[in-house]
Amino acid sequence: MEVLFALTIGLLTAVGIYLMLRLRSFPVILGLTFLSYAVNLFIFSAGRLKTAAAPIVGTVEAPTDPLPQALVLTAIVISFGMTAVIVMMALGAWLELGHDGTDPASGTPEDRG
Amino acid sequence: MGHWIVAPVVLPAALAALSLFAGRSGMAGRVLSLGGTAALLAIALALLQAATEGPPQLYRLGDWPAPFGIVLVLDRLSALMLVLTSGLALVVLAQAVATGWDRRGRRFHALWLFQLMGLNGAFLTGDAFNLFVFFEVLLIASYGLMVHGGGGPRIRAGLQYIAVNLLGSTLFLFALATIYAVTGTLNMADLAAKLPALPEGDHALIRVAAVLLMLVFAVKGALVPLQFWLPGTYAQSPGVVAALFAVMTKLGAYAALRFGTLVFPPDLALTGGMIGQFLLPAGLVTLALGAVGLLGARSLPRLAAHAAVMSMGTVFTALSAFTAASTTAALYYMIHSTLAGAALFLIADLARDRGSAGLDAASPPLPGALAALFFAAAIATVGLPPLSGFPAKLMVLQALPFWPVWMVVLGATFLALLALSRAGSALFWKPQGQPAALPASQALAPAALLLALAALTVFAGPVTGWLAGTAEALHDPAPYILANDLP
Repeated sequence: MEVLFALTIGLLTAVGIYLMLRLRSFPVILGLTFLSYAVNLFIFSAGRLKTAAAPIVGTVEAPTDPLPQALVLTAIVISFGMTAVIVMMALGAWLELGHDGTDPASGTPEDRG
Repeated sequence: MGHWIVAPVVLPAALAALSLFAGRSGMAGRVLSLGGTAALLAIALALLQAATEGPPQLYRLGDWPAPFGIVLVLDRLSALMLVLTSGLALVVLAQAVATGWDRRGRRFHALWLFQLMGLNGAFLTGDAFNLFVFFEVLLIASYGLMVHGGGGPRIRAGLQYIAVNLLGSTLFLFALATIYAVTGTLNMADLAAKLPALPEGDHALIRVAAVLLMLVFAVKGALVPLQFWLPGTYAQSPGVVAALFAVMTKLGAYAALRFGTLVFPPDLALTGGMIGQFLLPAGLVTLALGAVGLLGARSLPRLAAHAAVMSMGTVFTALSAFTAASTTAALYYMIHSTLAGAALFLIADLARDRGSAGLDAASPPLPGALAALFFAAAIATVGLPPLSGFPAKLMVLQALPFWPVWMVVLGATFLALLALSRAGSALFWKPQGQPAALPASQALAPAALLLALAALTVFAGPVTGWLAGTAEALHDPAPYILANDLP
């Protein structure tokens, strides 16, 4: 299970980084989303991987650590909110400028300030 | 101080929510936000007094004991940062009202207060994951503030700023999860107590986490090679927002200092002097690059943004030695450069409002009062006497008596002098034209910041004495750990 889990996180991170390096904002946002999936799984694994172990003391023999699950929940909420913000910004930039390049060199001289 | 420690977080949060209900006229929002920021300054000063007189103080959120619950810790450094933040915020907010920036878009005051809540929380928290949460609070408010007033180029710059910071947040989470997986705690004092006894096999993992954390703080603090987002973002932001961001950038240095003295101190065997060894070259390159950027800048906002990069280079260079003397110098320079950088952004904004921010002959003439303000701010930024930049740089050079540091710091200072003199003569030295006078209300805030710099110079003795006490407390974290009342 550990190997499968580690491979999944690695694959998600690789996909995320590859997409982040693209020049258009839509793939960049997708890349950020993939990275946040990877990190959520990674935080989850910080409490060690166990099967059939509830995070509640007294319900099972060896309960799992509840804190990483709380951390993951916080991270999911925050990354969801941030994704919504960046999607709005990308839409705003596309409507205002008429292109969705992320590279300032692709814009007008005004863009480069 | 009892419950007052949590007030710098709770007060702006409550006022921000209230200001959302303020009417469209904006009067109520202005009153709430100005009153709230003034109250924050009063609270911060009282907390500074309390932190100076006694040992670090603990505030348990929900009364859960550390390390299980989240704690806020008030010590001299966090109190200093609170005073710096709220003092700067009050002056800059007055400027936002005077120039009408707060009415060029909606919800300015709510975002402003949320930004202050995030900054104050990040300076106070004693929990690493909570630090991440407050980072996100201040970032999401800063995204809104950065694009306040709208416009295509500004939104485009905002998009890059958000993407870089989201990547930084992801790295932060990777670092925190690694630390939790190895040590089982995220309370900073608890980490400091547990790390020295870590088994040999886990050292590599913690070192990876430490480097990841420093990368995150380098993104925040615009340290090379992660500084590329800053010039575009700050130059495109509204001037008043960029002036407040001057303290947000310092958060990166604050976090590096906090982790570098408390969690990964230089005498900790598993990291050793690693953090300082990374920070020193990165800080020097940042400094040099900022100076070259100053020379190449074609507009005043961009000039101010490169000056901000340069000041962060100096701060990180000074921090990297991790001795009491170098930390004192870094803190003094940090106060100086926050105020000087903010003044420069405000002046650049006034020039931009008059359609004259470009450094070319075609721009319309500017009022003499603005020229005088720019002259004083430039002196402070470069680090010439009589303003506080001079003693600040002197202290940095004294604390780091190595020739490469002296060469880069003095060389960059010379380039900055060159760039700012050229910018000043290009902008203000016009043979003809009668510019409209600068309204006194708009000159007040930059003048107040410059007066604060003058006061910082006059009272350099007592201030550095107090900062030396703060630096000593940072390099002897035992009372901080004790205050956390760990089991």
